Amino acid sequence: MTPALTVDALGTRCPVPVIELARRIGDVPVGSVVAVLADDAAARLDIPAWCGMRGQEYLGEEALAGRPGAAYLVRRRA
Amino acid sequence: MVYLDAAATEPLHPAAREALLAALDAGWADPARLYTEGRRAQLLLQGARETVAAAIGARADEVSFPASGTQAVHLGVLGALAGRRRAGRHVAVSAVEHSAVLHAVETHERDGGESTSVPVDRAGRVDPAAFTGALRDDTALACLQAANHEVGTVQPVDEVAAGCRERGVPLLVDAAQVVGRGPTPAGWSVLAASAHKWGGPAGVGVLAVRTGTRWRSPLPADDRQAGRVPGFENVPAVLAAAAALEAARREAATESARLNGLVGRIRERVQRTVPDTEVVGDPVRRLPHLVTFSCLYVDGEALVTELDKAGFSVNSGSSCTSSALRPSHVLEAMGVLSHGNVRVSLWRGVTAEDVERFLDVLPVVVARLRRTAGVEGM
Repeated sequence: MTPALTVDALGTRCPVPVIELARRIGDVPVGSVVAVLADDAAARLDIPAWCGMRGQEYLGEEALAGRPGAAYLVRRRA
Repeated sequence: MVYLDAAATEPLHPAAREALLAALDAGWADPARLYTEGRRAQLLLQGARETVAAAIGARADEVSFPASGTQAVHLGVLGALAGRRRAGRHVAVSAVEHSAVLHAVETHERDGGESTSVPVDRAGRVDPAAFTGALRDDTALACLQAANHEVGTVQPVDEVAAGCRERGVPLLVDAAQVVGRGPTPAGWSVLAASAHKWGGPAGVGVLAVRTGTRWRSPLPADDRQAGRVPGFENVPAVLAAAAALEAARREAATESARLNGLVGRIRERVQRTVPDTEVVGDPVRRLPHLVTFSCLYVDGEALVTELDKAGFSVNSGSSCTSSALRPSHVLEAMGVLSHGNVRVSLWRGVTAEDVERFLDVLPVVVARLRRTAGVEGM
């Protein structure tokens, strides 16, 4: 799946990855996918939880090649 | 300052202070000796053991006093596994146990044992059927807390105990958050608790092993405390712990109802007055004195610092600043927001006015942190 937008939050700690996602998701049209790159352990919890609170769709995570962290995929629904 | 972290430790109960001072004079001798001073210390220790046993539904000879709740858990888990080695090497634990339980299980695994972590729902509660479903023919021990220390959810210990009994598996109950506050669940084979959480002094844990439960010390041999806890007993501290427990149990009926009402008020007000905040844990089957919530876009440790400046001492399960730490494994297992987390736990020294002031200050502090981070209205 090719995201419409990639938000690079690598090296930042919670709650920054979620804040960056919230700040940028409005930049893509409803139905598009945003990828958040993060290596903070809390992002795995906080991004799905944020999606639940904001009516967005959490699609899952993909491992990053050659480095710790993941790409967390979110489809804009609201 | 208003101290709101009773789930970590409670200030010494006045009854404990009085007992401690008296016991320093009366109970200093070696309780293993046969002369007058030794017999007196032994008598005092035995009295304390009977008080604690009555509070947890045990027999006095089943109760011993390790140096902490953590040590009680370590000895309880590893001793029960050692005693059941022939039955098997598998242990079933809930995913939200105190780290003392999980670390003891890790030690067991490094030694070649196996474990199953039983998941919890969004409220932090295990499903009794799922828990007993995790028991195997080679399960040597099951561990389930009476109530969760971070979110206050009470676990279905009675149902799980029945399932364990049916399968012939001993159940260790970490009762640290309930002893002295309400009824201790029955059905345990091994029980662990900690005196400083009920207003006793630090340095006194409780380890109870039910008669008939196989248990073998994982430590070198020692004759003290029926071979369960090595080393010279701290008789004065144990006496103070028993005095605090007696007082706490006397006060529990009225105190628990009072604190329960205050926690209910906090739950309702936080949800209503702090935007984008989730109160976590079971709203009904919960501890009377503890409430936890998570505030979106806020760094939990910054929130602790700001509330401290405003005069309130709270704890946080978030770990946004300290890079070595992971978010709380309890919040992780529940799948709830882990940042911006605050745990408030009340005790007899907290008044309704204290809680009102806290509830007035909290929305202001959260709003200020959000403004600073530039996330208002996001």
